[in-house]
Amino acid sequence: MEYNASTLLPLAPEIVLLSAIAVILIVDLFLDQAKRFFTYGLSIAALVMTIAAVMASGSEHSQTLMYGAYVRDAMSDVLKISLLSVGIFAFIYSRAYLMERGLFRGEFYTLGMLAILGMMIMVSAGGFLSLYLGLELLALSLYALVAFDGKSKAGSEAAMKYFVLGALASGMLLYGISMIYGGTGMLDFAGVAKAIASGETDKTVLTFGLVFVLIGISFKFGAVPFHMWAPDVYQGAPVVVTAFLGSVPKIAAFAMAMRILSQGLGGLGPDMGWQGWQGMLVILAVLSVALGNVVALVQDNIKRMLAYSTISHVGFIFMGLLAGAGKGYTSAMFYTIVYALTAVGAFGLLAILSRKGVEAENIHDLKGLNKRSPWLAAMMMLMMFSMAGVPPTVGFFAKLFVLDALINAQMLWLALVAVAFSVIGAFYYLRVVKAMYFDKPISQAPILAGADARIAISVNGLAMLYYGIFPASLLTLCQAAIQSL
Amino acid sequence: MTADWPILSVIIWLPVLGGLLVLFSGDKAPNTSRWLALAVAVLTFLLSIPLWTGFDASTAAMQYQENLPWIESFNVNYHLGVDGISMPLILLTTFITILVVIAGWQVIQYKPSQYMAAFLIMEGVMVGVFSALDAMLFYVFWEAMLIPMFLIIGIWGGPNRVYATIKFFLYTFLGSVFMLVALVYMYFQSGSMEILGFHNLKLGLTEQILIFLAFLAAFAVKVPMWPVHTWLPDAHVEAPTGGSVILAAIMLKIGGYGFLRFSLPITPDASHHLDWLIIAMSLIAVVYIGFVALAQKDMKKLIAYSSIAHMGFVTLGFFIVFMIAANPEVQSGGILGVQGGMVQMVSHGFISAAMFLCVGVLYDRMHSREIADYGGVVNTMPWFAAFMVFFAMANAGLPGTSGFVGEFMVILASFRADFWFAFLAATTLIIGAAYTLWMVKRVIFGDVANDRVAALQDVNKREVLVLGSLTLAVLALGLWPEPLVKVMDASITNLVNHIAVSKL
Repeated sequence: MEYNASTLLPLAPEIVLLSAIAVILIVDLFLDQAKRFFTYGLSIAALVMTIAAVMASGSEHSQTLMYGAYVRDAMSDVLKISLLSVGIFAFIYSRAYLMERGLFRGEFYTLGMLAILGMMIMVSAGGFLSLYLGLELLALSLYALVAFDGKSKAGSEAAMKYFVLGALASGMLLYGISMIYGGTGMLDFAGVAKAIASGETDKTVLTFGLVFVLIGISFKFGAVPFHMWAPDVYQGAPVVVTAFLGSVPKIAAFAMAMRILSQGLGGLGPDMGWQGWQGMLVILAVLSVALGNVVALVQDNIKRMLAYSTISHVGFIFMGLLAGAGKGYTSAMFYTIVYALTAVGAFGLLAILSRKGVEAENIHDLKGLNKRSPWLAAMMMLMMFSMAGVPPTVGFFAKLFVLDALINAQMLWLALVAVAFSVIGAFYYLRVVKAMYFDKPISQAPILAGADARIAISVNGLAMLYYGIFPASLLTLCQAAIQSL
Repeated sequence: MTADWPILSVIIWLPVLGGLLVLFSGDKAPNTSRWLALAVAVLTFLLSIPLWTGFDASTAAMQYQENLPWIESFNVNYHLGVDGISMPLILLTTFITILVVIAGWQVIQYKPSQYMAAFLIMEGVMVGVFSALDAMLFYVFWEAMLIPMFLIIGIWGGPNRVYATIKFFLYTFLGSVFMLVALVYMYFQSGSMEILGFHNLKLGLTEQILIFLAFLAAFAVKVPMWPVHTWLPDAHVEAPTGGSVILAAIMLKIGGYGFLRFSLPITPDASHHLDWLIIAMSLIAVVYIGFVALAQKDMKKLIAYSSIAHMGFVTLGFFIVFMIAANPEVQSGGILGVQGGMVQMVSHGFISAAMFLCVGVLYDRMHSREIADYGGVVNTMPWFAAFMVFFAMANAGLPGTSGFVGEFMVILASFRADFWFAFLAATTLIIGAAYTLWMVKRVIFGDVANDRVAALQDVNKREVLVLGSLTLAVLALGLWPEPLVKVMDASITNLVNHIAVSKL
């Protein structure tokens, strides 16, 4: 391939974002605290510009660059736009919270954007190396973000825990990658797939490699039994960081799973039954849905509760993945995007409710919200019902599509397990609604939220309803994306 | 029959959007939101009347159909339409909602705009349940109904409201998710979500039985049938009057409607196979729950149990069909049972609403539902006593009231199947009279029990309007049920003929 600047065009979103990060990093140095607002505005503008770049550089055909290390296709476009949009929401929710705690520093936004850049690389990864690079960029930024409030012991502890376990998981992943490389001699997914299809590879080595890689993926998703970090990190991190960390990376993790499992190791998938990754995902999915939902029932800390709820949602995403090509992948992608959008809103609302010196993180902090602010309560209610999967919110369709994919794949029993646990799960979402609507408020303090956060939470909450009434709009995008693979 | 304008969409979305408008009108001027809610409810009712007047009773085909693509890649459509089974229930919904809005006029002082909005949104959603012809649309409306009811009981309910409302939500949610799996399974088999398409879908007996049980989980909870009825007394006792009225008058009917629209026509062989189960559950509801009602000390609980017993008649009437067909001596008359069940549903919609409103009238004044706190109310509230005695008579199935017609038709149909079924069902005429009239005797008659009863004010104009209009409805249906029966006739005949043909 001859070098030509125009061949780099599909990379435009990453280039735009990286340049913006560099500029913002320098500009931020010369701003005094009163003008920090400027960094915030620039960061959001950078993300919006990156979305524009994704849209502008998109084309119908898939493009492969850099000797197979980078792929741009319809799936990467949709996922990048989703993770950038969810990232914008997370940034907006963070402003007031950070300002009140004296944490309003440029690093928050540059680290966040670096994490997003890492995720964009993961989404577009064409091979194990670029995927791993993106993953590490994401992980390192997140470790720093979790410890962003240096004075918070819980935050530092969470960051430490996250770092140690994350490093372990990265090690596992690398180990698995090395085995797959050893087995196939290839690092790019297309090459790996071809080598597996040729049937000349050693299946034992590949199976071991698969197990280790799957552990890495499960860790990133937070699937049982690799979920231990999630509750502690969600709880320990500042709520605005949790909003970011609990939502956007799920989209990248989905892309990682799709790229590795479907594009790379597709030959070790459904055809191999219980020995393939499909069988392994069944176990992970059932454990996640069961443990996540049951343990969330008894949590009083809402951040921790949502962490366990995430684990159960990951179970659903896995169910979509294991249901396989077409419907299965589409439903998993739909579920992931919807989940990220819902989670960022739920944590964002907690950030809005946290005032100076008061963290809203227990369920009783939400008591009587309907009295204090009916609009915010309504938005939170929409998000809770969406997570519970009650129509007319979009969460219902996310679950429905997964169920449909499972039944299509002749796995009726798994569909029954899924719905049974989602009924159990409905209880803890109802507890939140109950606190907001049926209980008397503990605090009468007015809710101070900037116009930016109010608009964002309204858009976010109403999106639950909009996509619940018109799910076809998002579904069509996901279908087109999966078909292009 | 088609109208020039999308009548069904209008009566679904007008109350929903009107409800949102009421919600945004806020509580600064509560009277504005009340009048606005009343205007929306009345307008919706007026707009739903053409459904009846323009209805073509000679055909069983769906009328006023609207069909738009909704989720094209899943072949899910926004498909609406009514037949003789759903149309009367839609009118019942729009009618009862007006009464609920009026009944909550003064009582609800806490956030009246949210209260009114919840009922209006629920009205639209319930009409949607009755008119959806696409299973996915049906399910979305069916579940969406839970949210406003959950809030109504939880926000404006009694002391133990949180327990009651969460129990209500989880019970119904658990029942309906199994229905969802069954619907998706049939979608997988047929490639479409059309309910009418499901009617002609060929299914093996095992499949039918599993699907039937999944539907049973959803509908039996909603009706509710013994032994999954336990959420209902809790929900009724804690719900505000309006919530109880909607719950008893319409939501329970949705379970019965589900049997007619889904269970019977989609799984006729499984229904035939398992009709003994439903008949047994229905008879237990009629007899055993009747005795339970007799033992209640709380008026609302008593009426809640009486609702379960009355709904037992509905399911009995629906499922007696197979036994009648199997009885070599009669061979016909299956239609009578289903018709009786439908008449019973509409009639119970009026009577249970009236009974709960009567208790509401007392509760607003005394803040007690305990029978023991009352006595001699007739001395201070003569007009009210007249209404309450009338509705109690109707509840007990006095000839001339609507309560008699449905029960009589179902008992008549049961005789054609088996004498003992009819015998057991007929005991309700005694037990029902016993628990209703005994309650009336203790509450209304006798000497004035205490000073608070002595200080009671008789019903005001607003309450007379509500109870009076229900009196007219109960009498009209009781004396002249012909129009209702005629409207339903073609659809029910078609249904009974359809289920007589095995799918195997």
